[in-house]
Amino acid sequence: MAKNSDNNRRKFMATTLQSVGLTALGGLLWSGYSDEAKASPLVLRPPAALPEDDFLKACIKCGLCAEACRNRDSNKDRDGNPRPSTLQMAKGGEHKLIGTPFFVPTDVPCYMCDDIPCVPVCPSGALDEASVTNEKGELDINMARMGLAVVHKESCVAFWGLQCDACYRACPLLDEAITLEYHKNERTGKHAFLLPVVHSDVCTGCGLCEKACVTEEPAIFVLPVEYATGKAGTHYVKGWDTQDQNRLKDAKEIHTVTERSEKEAADYLNMEVEY
Amino acid sequence: MKKFKYLLLRRATQLLLLVLYFGANAYGWHILEGTFGSSVLFGVIPLADPYTTLQVLATGFVLGTDVLLGAAIITLFYFVVGGRAFCSWVCPINMVTDLANWLRRRLKLDKEEVNYRFLKRSARYWIMVLGLIVSAVVGVAAFEVLSPITIMQRGIIFGFGAGIAVVVAIFLFDLFGVKNGWCGHLCPLGATYSLIGQKSLIRVKHDHEACTNCMECKIVCPENQVLWMVNKESVSVTDGECTNCGRCIDVCGDNALEFSIRSFATRKQSKGVKNETNG
Repeated sequence: MAKNSDNNRRKFMATTLQSVGLTALGGLLWSGYSDEAKASPLVLRPPAALPEDDFLKACIKCGLCAEACRNRDSNKDRDGNPRPSTLQMAKGGEHKLIGTPFFVPTDVPCYMCDDIPCVPVCPSGALDEASVTNEKGELDINMARMGLAVVHKESCVAFWGLQCDACYRACPLLDEAITLEYHKNERTGKHAFLLPVVHSDVCTGCGLCEKACVTEEPAIFVLPVEYATGKAGTHYVKGWDTQDQNRLKDAKEIHTVTERSEKEAADYLNMEVEY
Repeated sequence: MKKFKYLLLRRATQLLLLVLYFGANAYGWHILEGTFGSSVLFGVIPLADPYTTLQVLATGFVLGTDVLLGAAIITLFYFVVGGRAFCSWVCPINMVTDLANWLRRRLKLDKEEVNYRFLKRSARYWIMVLGLIVSAVVGVAAFEVLSPITIMQRGIIFGFGAGIAVVVAIFLFDLFGVKNGWCGHLCPLGATYSLIGQKSLIRVKHDHEACTNCMECKIVCPENQVLWMVNKESVSVTDGECTNCGRCIDVCGDNALEFSIRSFATRKQSKGVKNETNG
């Protein structure tokens, strides 16, 4: 009898250990797959989307934003049928986190509706209405930062000296998000370059410029903001900017010590580059 | 026709819901919009899947009230009508696994059924908990990354893409792999609804006097462990794993099974007997 219960206990322990072990195995595989599945950095999200990491946590993949985008009044063709919508839901095989909304400007850019139908319908908060609401409490699509347009000047024919202002004219924030800079064309000596310049403080990343671009592959294209911007760091203070100078008011003194180099100045000039 | 009453009703419900969801995107209907993860009924009432909601909460994100309220409404609804009524009356994957199961019976594959040591019906509860842990670790609703349920539903609404592979995989797994493999062993959504429906009101009731022990109900039942009382005594099916699909009622030639309102008076007694028969 005692031996039997001992066997039972041993069997129970073994089964429990197996269950826990297999669960751990499953957890590792599942975590690995999920982590890879969400690693799709160059995706453009709907307006007012939280930063990508938070967005991926929050999005419940219901598709209400995409449905609102497709069925908005401004998306009807002449017969009153809905046209393809800006927002698509990621499918299997598209290498984006499945079921999350995104858009591809070269397919359908964001037309920046005044009433932003895609945002208020979001039930989870993945699209943050507050981020596109101005001080008056009105929805303001100009506050959206879906991405940032970037110009590749080697393939942009305006930089060759050809006259093209397709992106400039397509921009919903005409002469604000993209301006044209005039430069003298030294090659011909009598023409002007009309160069598109994107202003990141205004550009919403709607992608109308990318859609309008005339080159084989767009020379102006929208990237997620974090991939299209650099960062100077807080230790740079603009001495000519009183606003920026104010940052120094509350600054605390930091002592840093750099050890004095043993090398002579001549050594420094002659040494190889250290990586 | 009586033999298919609930089957046809279920298919009609499942298809109607899919048509409504499809129409919300394709034609802009405001009857039932969204997907099972989160929906809007009649343009006002929020609905949300409890397990999906738990996964998002597990990632550490503070969800909007629409989803929380929606999850509460759905939980309450299935708490009353039987948690896994979702599985048999709503979930589109049910049509896939039912087809696999039907083919299995037709092809007589069941004779070779194996008692899987590592794949017990309790695996789904482990997976349910694991899904929440993985959600917390990775920072994304983990089951939603591969859920065939919403992949199939979104496929119908927005187009499948390669996502159809997941649905085919479930079909093959249930047909050639494990009997009732997905719904009965693995699906954490079903596990959640099993827990929600533990005390639900609408239950299948067995009438021992009328039963002729033909066992048709046990053959057709996708969770036949819940039908332990057949050939034993007249009680209700109280197990939360019963999907309230009504297949057993359909196939019963003796009218020994019928939906009824749960009788709480007999519950304690029946539980005691259940434990005895299991032991």
